[in-house]
Amino acid sequence: MLRVMREVDDATMKIVVCVKQVPDSWAEKTLSPADNTLDRGSVDAVMNEIDEYAMEEALRLKEANGGEVVVLSMGPDQATDTIRKALSMGADAGVHVLDDGLHGSDAVATSLALAKAIEGQGADLVLLGCESTDARMSVVPAMVAERLGLPQLTFCNSVAVDGTNVTTNRVTEYGYDVVEATLPAVVSVVEKINEPRYPSFKGIMAAKKKPVETLDLAGLGIDASSVGLGAAWSAVEEAAARPPKAKGTVVEDDGNGGVAIADFLSAQKFI
Amino acid sequence: MAEVLVLVEHVDGDVKKVTYELLALAKRIGEPAAVLIGSGADAAIPGLAEHGAATVYVADADELTAHPVAPKAEVLAKLVAEKSPAAVLVASSAEGKEVAARLAIKAGSGIITDAVDVDADGTATQSVFGGATVVKSKVSVGTPIITVRPNSTSPEAAAAAGTRVDVTVELSDAAKLAKVTDRVIQAKGGRPDLAEAAVVVSGGRGVGGEEGFGVIEALADSLDAAVGASRAATDAGWYPHQFQVGQTGKTVAPQLYIANGISGAIQHRAGMQTSKTVIVVNKDPEAPIFELADFGVVGDLFTVVPQLTEEVGKRKG
Ligand SMILES: Cc1cc2nc3c(=O)[nH]c(=O)nc-3n(C[C@H](O)[C@H](O)[C@H](O)COP(=O)(O)OP(=O)(O)OC[C@H]3O[C@@H](n4cnc5c(N)ncnc54)[C@H](O)[C@@H]3O)c2cc1C
Ligand SMILES: Nc1ncnc2c1ncn2[C@@H]1O[C@H](COP(=O)(O)O)[C@@H](O)[C@H]1O
Repeated sequence: MLRVMREVDDATMKIVVCVKQVPDSWAEKTLSPADNTLDRGSVDAVMNEIDEYAMEEALRLKEANGGEVVVLSMGPDQATDTIRKALSMGADAGVHVLDDGLHGSDAVATSLALAKAIEGQGADLVLLGCESTDARMSVVPAMVAERLGLPQLTFCNSVAVDGTNVTTNRVTEYGYDVVEATLPAVVSVVEKINEPRYPSFKGIMAAKKKPVETLDLAGLGIDASSVGLGAAWSAVEEAAARPPKAKGTVVEDDGNGGVAIADFLSAQKFI
Repeated sequence: MAEVLVLVEHVDGDVKKVTYELLALAKRIGEPAAVLIGSGADAAIPGLAEHGAATVYVADADELTAHPVAPKAEVLAKLVAEKSPAAVLVASSAEGKEVAARLAIKAGSGIITDAVDVDADGTATQSVFGGATVVKSKVSVGTPIITVRPNSTSPEAAAAAGTRVDVTVELSDAAKLAKVTDRVIQAKGGRPDLAEAAVVVSGGRGVGGEEGFGVIEALADSLDAAVGASRAATDAGWYPHQFQVGQTGKTVAPQLYIANGISGAIQHRAGMQTSKTVIVVNKDPEAPIFELADFGVVGDLFTVVPQLTEEVGKRKG
């Protein structure tokens, strides 16, 4: 059971922020031929950009209301770099879910590991990004909320905490919904919410001394046969590179640029 | 033949085209059954029947839309448990993916998101890494739950009974924890839906301001297109956020995408690079968006775009 905010004696808020390490989005990504998982070895890894916004929001909430920010990441060894970055931005402590058995986990398994780790931590607020740039599924926050039985407030461009209430604006197809809940709650953010800070020199130095706990599957109480590539509930059967698109024509506007486009559109039967 | 559940995307019974596309895909796998949550069943059922829905499950109670996402997943979970469908198809909208996500956990089923095609045996095709790789995947545990991108196939006329079956669901307490206390609509009426449009005309920082979007809208209207925007334009308040195309906006894959005054940052490309044909207007020949162009003009959008609009008008007669 999650720690619920107590009204008077302990009003400090504990925020857990889920951050994922992903391949640099400018780098060319490929699937590893051996098992059709993302080839993470071949590209630089960075913190999922949107998760920086979740981190920033957690820090702002802490600055406004007091409390504690814990960064949580599931990923291979090098994910410690991403955890260190979050600590240097200002998180107080880190939790690294690390186990070779997790390689190839799908969103279902990822959400299980994150939910177990969050349960172990206890939290009043769980913050996530709305989408990872590698998986691009936008499903982990909803799955974490479902697993924890907590209110889901996702795709938020504003988050306000007042006592035990959280109020957000959820971006929708047509505008936005104002969504409210009582803590504890699961919130995911879009990039409109804030402008993330850069780690300061002081922050980078301080991060070196902050505690990072490493948890494996046994530590989370997860049966190793229920996660990882072999246990994934969906599987890639084949993958093929598509031939790159032929290079297009680019012309300098000579006063007839608009007509040139219209000619192209006519030739392609768009008009 | 086993049913295939299709979650209907609609506003008060005004059904979105993607739903008809899902029904066409569902027919390959089994007998399509639409699931309509919220009000407007009377308006929606004739169209759903025309596009192949043998059954329309209707769950219409205020509390189903008073809380985001979770109630819809509970309606689907109940139907999955009762009807043992061959698959569940949901549109790849932000909310659709979240409903599918919660359903996957509830039903103990695998999930595939952002499919661009689905075979008779439930194999889903996805286009990943900006279209550079095509992947075929299959759900191996439970009822396959697949979210499908708009414009992945064409709606098909296929008259079916469309028999209405009302469904009531006792929501769990957990599904009612988050409450929608206000719903703000910032629609820009009259144009095709951005995610579904065959043609999208977008503007970025180069458009220079809210008034500048007038030239973008004029071109869009000449082509019956939807209007899109880059983050630079939505952040500046020149165009509403829900028209943002990109990583944190909408993903579009129209037949034709016309990018005006947009540089082509990776986050913007993530939302449009699987468009079939891309036209670029930008005054900087080095702008990375030109890498995606089938046809590009290096020039000032304020001269090129109005000239194009006029030319389209002439040629359409
Ligand atoms: C976490 C995160 C998420 C993001 N998500 C998105 C997203 O979903 N969608 C998105 O679009 N961006 C997103 N971005 C922002 C993205 O990085 C870029 O900043 C943004 O796309 C730039 O918009 P732009 O191309 O309109 O502006 P700029 O990069 O400033 O480009 C403007 C272009 O207009 C051209 N131009 C100027 N005047 C004219 C003229 N008169 N005629 C012709 N051309 C002209 C210029 O040459 C230039 O190439 C995201 C960023 C982050 C960090
Ligand atoms: N391995 C992970 N470790 C920590 N957080 C994650 C992980 N995977 C996904 N998340 C969180 O879930 C969000 C959405 O991811 P996704 O559903 O994969 O698009 C991300 O922005 C992160 O906040």
